[in-house]
Amino acid sequence: MSVLEIKDLHVSVETDQGTKQILRGVDLIINEGEIHAIMGPNGSGKSTLAYTIAGHPKYHVDSGSILLDGAEVLTMTVDERARAGLFLAMQYPVEIPGVTVTNFLRTAKTAIDGEAPAIRTWIKDVRESMVKLRMDKSFAERNVNEGFSGGEKKRNEILQLELLKPKFAVLDETDSGLDVDALKIVSEGVNRAKENTGLGLLLITHYTRILRYIKPDFVHVFVDGRIAEQGGPELADRLEDEGYDRFLTETPVG
Amino acid sequence: MSAASTSTAPTSSSSEALPTAEQHGIKEHSDGRFGFVPVQTRSARFKSFEPADFAAVTGREAVWKLSPVGKFTDLTAGELDGSNYDFDTTPHADVDVSWVDRTDARVGTAGAPEERAAANAWSSFGQALAITVSGEEAKEITLTRATLGSVPRAAHTIIEAKPFSQAVVILQNIGDARISENVEIIVGESANLTVVTLQEWNADAVQLANHFATIGRDARLKHVVVSLGGSIVRVNPSVILAGPGSDTELFGLYFADAGQHLEQQVYVNHDAPNTRSRVNYKGALQGAGARTVWIGDVLIGNTAPGTDSYEQNRNLVLTEGTRADSIPNLEIETGDILGAGHASATGRFDDEQLFYLQSRGIGEIEARRLVVRGFLSEIVQHIGSAPLEERLQGAIENELRGTEGN
Ligand SMILES: Nc1ncnc2c1ncn2[C@@H]1O[C@H](COP(=O)(O)OP(=O)(O)OP(=O)(O)O)[C@@H](O)[C@H]1O
Ligand SMILES: [Mg+2]
Repeated sequence: MSVLEIKDLHVSVETDQGTKQILRGVDLIINEGEIHAIMGPNGSGKSTLAYTIAGHPKYHVDSGSILLDGAEVLTMTVDERARAGLFLAMQYPVEIPGVTVTNFLRTAKTAIDGEAPAIRTWIKDVRESMVKLRMDKSFAERNVNEGFSGGEKKRNEILQLELLKPKFAVLDETDSGLDVDALKIVSEGVNRAKENTGLGLLLITHYTRILRYIKPDFVHVFVDGRIAEQGGPELADRLEDEGYDRFLTETPVG
Repeated sequence: MSAASTSTAPTSSSSEALPTAEQHGIKEHSDGRFGFVPVQTRSARFKSFEPADFAAVTGREAVWKLSPVGKFTDLTAGELDGSNYDFDTTPHADVDVSWVDRTDARVGTAGAPEERAAANAWSSFGQALAITVSGEEAKEITLTRATLGSVPRAAHTIIEAKPFSQAVVILQNIGDARISENVEIIVGESANLTVVTLQEWNADAVQLANHFATIGRDARLKHVVVSLGGSIVRVNPSVILAGPGSDTELFGLYFADAGQHLEQQVYVNHDAPNTRSRVNYKGALQGAGARTVWIGDVLIGNTAPGTDSYEQNRNLVLTEGTRADSIPNLEIETGDILGAGHASATGRFDDEQLFYLQSRGIGEIEARRLVVRGFLSEIVQHIGSAPLEERLQGAIENELRGTEGN
């Protein structure tokens, strides 16, 4: 069984004002098939955690470790991490002018599997996933994320999640900016991916509403760069009622 | 593309604007940095067929100030071989390709030299190579020059599209060359002509080319400059929208490697009502000393109410130590226009795009290739010749591979 372990992770970024510490000792263990929700106020460092797992060069790991089945992830390049089975659905996916979704998906699939996918089944898989995510087939020939609405970008992220079949996926606010129909469609996609591949999920969110559709096994409250409290699904309900106030006594919110 | 840019010149700009006539008079074109009085308006720039009418080139002239003039004095001041040269082409019944005398009525009808190298070529050529297109059906011809050699030479080419005719004419340049040349493009009423000039010269080649085009009533010219190979390659297209309703699209694609100088000075003169122009040049720079220049002058004359014009240049800087100049100029003499605007940006490789692709398992080298290919493919897709588009994608791949080790 696969496991992703984050141990005492400290992360900083360089800003114009100097080095800024963001993550201050994050500990988290996610087993295959588990769904962990991370909830926390703006600026608490949720995206930083997501980017650090994926290996974004802006974030410097000062100490700690991330292990995927015992192998150190922090020494891997960004693409090696993806090939090792990690996936990040981004909060703000970027546009790639001149690169079509079809070309991009095939290139990524080939890179991850180490060989080109069998053409016929691949085309069928892509088409089926797009239909289920209610993405018009014209998206296949459009440039990646170019001119996509916020919701369309998120669907495109989940399309990749379904097709690339990672072991662990981090979803960074995949729910934000989605109306309720889109939220359902996207959640179904995530649940489908989990059913098919048994992946482990780290679901970063601001609001509890996505947790109605994707049921977490564990909920972690993220405040000021570390996990302040954890519990089961009932913790999410409590947060819904109480907000983050009781965690925020010392920390001003951005 | 990120707007951040390091290795660019003071003249490089990064701007997006929809200017008004007041904002964009001659001011933007004038350039006091070099201490000479600027030409008032592009159309009033001095012209002559005689090299002796131009002072010796110093590099301070508006047309030369961004070019390495010391490296081609043979072309601006020396004697040029104006004899006929060998070329290859596939014959087509409706496309006549033949040498014509200097007295041919078409010589000098599309424009006149604005600098000494062009005048030197003009006074030196023996016969002009004339490509005359007739017939309304679509057709494509390629004319290849592969053996110009390294003796300094002059050349003159005429491309005429008869009224209502249609064709894609591809000028392919390979091998060695040291050449100054003029190309006159005459697009007859309602004709639809595409001219693609492809520079894939050997590494030492030097080419100074001026294309002069005049477009008749309701006619259309698509002009594409693709510069990949050569040491110094300067192709300056200058288009007069002379007939009412005429239309031009000027595309350019260039990829400068270490030490290469690739330059294009584009000039569109809206001189008739209801004319339309689109200029879109894209370049990539990779390797120490890679240098590109793009100047885009658009003049909307008081003869051109109802003009619709937009020009843009974008450069993608792939490594340190390169320099891209990008200078759009817009002169508007009439208040009655449909639209006019420009955009110019020189940016470094976007690390966020790279991160996104890599986070999907794609290795760094391949990710870079995808992004650059994507950036340039916008131009390739506009060429309108499937075989050529495919070949150019391959040529871009080669460029990317060629400097991978750097
Ligand atoms: N590249 C950066 N440069 C400067 N500061 C940064 C950078 N990235 C993150 N930060 C800062 O680090 C803190 C954490 O940011 P992060 O994006 O991780 O928060 P978040 O919890 O995802 O917030 P949100 O809920 O708004 O998405 C914030 O104060 C943010 O301004
Ligand atoms: Mg965030």
